[in-house]
Amino acid sequence: MLDKILFYFFAGVAVASAVLMVTRRNVVHSAIFLITALLATAGIFLQLRAEFLFIVQIILYVGGIMVLFIFVIMLVNLDVALQQIQFARQKWVALLVALALAGQVGLMFWSSRKMPGQGLPVLTAAAAEHLPANSEEVAKSLFGSYLLPFEIASVLLLVAMIGAVVMAKKRT
Amino acid sequence: MMNALQATNEFLRLYWAPLLCGVAVVAILPLIAGYIVLVERKIMADMQARLGPMRVGPHGLLQPIADAVKLLIKEDIIPDNADKLVFWLAPVLSVGAALLSLAGLAIGPAFQIAQDINIGILFVVGISAMGIFGIVLGGWASNSHYSLMGALRSSAQLVSYETAAGMALVSALLLTGTLNIKSIVEAQSKEGIWFVLLAPVAFFTYLVASIAETNRAPFDLPEAESELVAGYMTEFSGFRWSLYFLAEYTNMIVVASVATTLFLGGWLRPFASVPWLNFLDFAPPVLIMAIAAYCMLRVPKQPTRVQQLFMLAVAGLCFVTALVLAVPVVLPIIKPSVREAVAPFYAGIHGGFWFIFKVSVYIYLFMWLRFTLPRYRFDQLMRLGWHFLIPLSIINVLLVGVALIVGAYFHLQGWGLLLVTTPAAILALLAAFFILAIEKGHDARQDQTATSDFYVG
Repeated sequence: MLDKILFYFFAGVAVASAVLMVTRRNVVHSAIFLITALLATAGIFLQLRAEFLFIVQIILYVGGIMVLFIFVIMLVNLDVALQQIQFARQKWVALLVALALAGQVGLMFWSSRKMPGQGLPVLTAAAAEHLPANSEEVAKSLFGSYLLPFEIASVLLLVAMIGAVVMAKKRT
Repeated sequence: MMNALQATNEFLRLYWAPLLCGVAVVAILPLIAGYIVLVERKIMADMQARLGPMRVGPHGLLQPIADAVKLLIKEDIIPDNADKLVFWLAPVLSVGAALLSLAGLAIGPAFQIAQDINIGILFVVGISAMGIFGIVLGGWASNSHYSLMGALRSSAQLVSYETAAGMALVSALLLTGTLNIKSIVEAQSKEGIWFVLLAPVAFFTYLVASIAETNRAPFDLPEAESELVAGYMTEFSGFRWSLYFLAEYTNMIVVASVATTLFLGGWLRPFASVPWLNFLDFAPPVLIMAIAAYCMLRVPKQPTRVQQLFMLAVAGLCFVTALVLAVPVVLPIIKPSVREAVAPFYAGIHGGFWFIFKVSVYIYLFMWLRFTLPRYRFDQLMRLGWHFLIPLSIINVLLVGVALIVGAYFHLQGWGLLLVTTPAAILALLAAFFILAIEKGHDARQDQTATSDFYVG
């Protein structure tokens, strides 16, 4: 019962703030609604007992949105932005893409109704108390089956970080 | 019937106990923060050979309450051109994040609001980092140049130093192999050594980075009064302003608690695994009894009747605390059969004492640094972060990792691990000096063409 209430709460907040993010005129307000949507998603992760994903979502997006804020404040002239048209005039393309997406989702629902086992996986309720420790499980799969991609990604990020230090060190 | 009772019990334990604890924390924390401010003012006064607040209550002991009343009844001004909603939201966000991160901390083996969360330390660090939104949004919403600059500085500072702090945490977490706060402390009790000895460089990095993250002097650039009036808080007044302060002091408690948990053995007594030092168990009650006695001695010297009574009350409070602390260590001596029954009681109370003691020492260190070091310039701050702390912390993670692998190869444990981690620390220090030497060369060249960053300096 509580699970359901929480799920609909988080899902509602996520969808509502995603819509608000697109429709707000003020870019900073959009950024605030973006972080709200991401936090609500984190809440859903937590509800699924994916604690590790929950905190990673928060930590990564706090840093990420922080930088976005700075870009917004530094690069966007709010007074000018308020007078410009808000949406690009691509109504027909947008409609087409939206319809395609809706069709896809609908197809998935339909096929899972029609033939169980296909389309959406049928979830059996997991006994929450007996889930294995979350971060350990993530670590096991990262360092087990996905070792190479993980290492490549880590080296890439490390290179980016060292690159930032080198760029900062460079003086004219 | 029995089942329904059990279900109700379970429901209460799962939902109401944490809720009550949460409400208690939210209610008590402003008081604690107020008293930390008083202690800070007293320490500042001491270091500057003054007395500090003396008027309200004996030795200014009621000053925080007077301050709180003043802040509550002060006029709350919202600037005309401010973004009202965001202006309202920002301080609340800051405080909310800071208070929420407290939920993950464990003050003793039993005192934890969010019991045994698997991601423990990440939860605390991640949620408390959310508080930065309050600062940036507040600075932006004020619609003032000083506020905006303070906010930008603050976010740049957080993004830079969070990396170094994270790397320092990684070095310490390598030693435990778990994120769970309780398991981290238990690992230190099992090894019989605090991780500050095994990873001293990581502790140092975390210390510096945590000062920068909490925007404390000498890294308080976001609120540097000589440059930015009050930085992001310039336009805030009254209770909103004090919410920012509450957030800052709560964050101090949070970073101090994280450092205590990871590096200083959490709620463990110093040398908890050395049997002949067990007499240290008597230290907490004796210490607090000594404070009570000192307060009693000061009673006749108080100028007014009310202040004398108040001093007496303080002495009484200390006395009762000392008695409570003494019960679990004295009882087993009188009556050895109750040793087992008293053990959890002892672990809870004494654990809490040692945890709070260590956190206080760490916060004292913060204040000491604040009153002795001059403020950095913003470009110096960024340079220290990116050119010194981040490289040092990355190198340290590598060295600690290698040391642990070598240690595992030779089956070293506990104090034996020092054999491999000390050389690693020395190597990291050498690397630090090497980095500093390079920096010096750069500085000499840079001073001739000193430029400052447009937006932040």
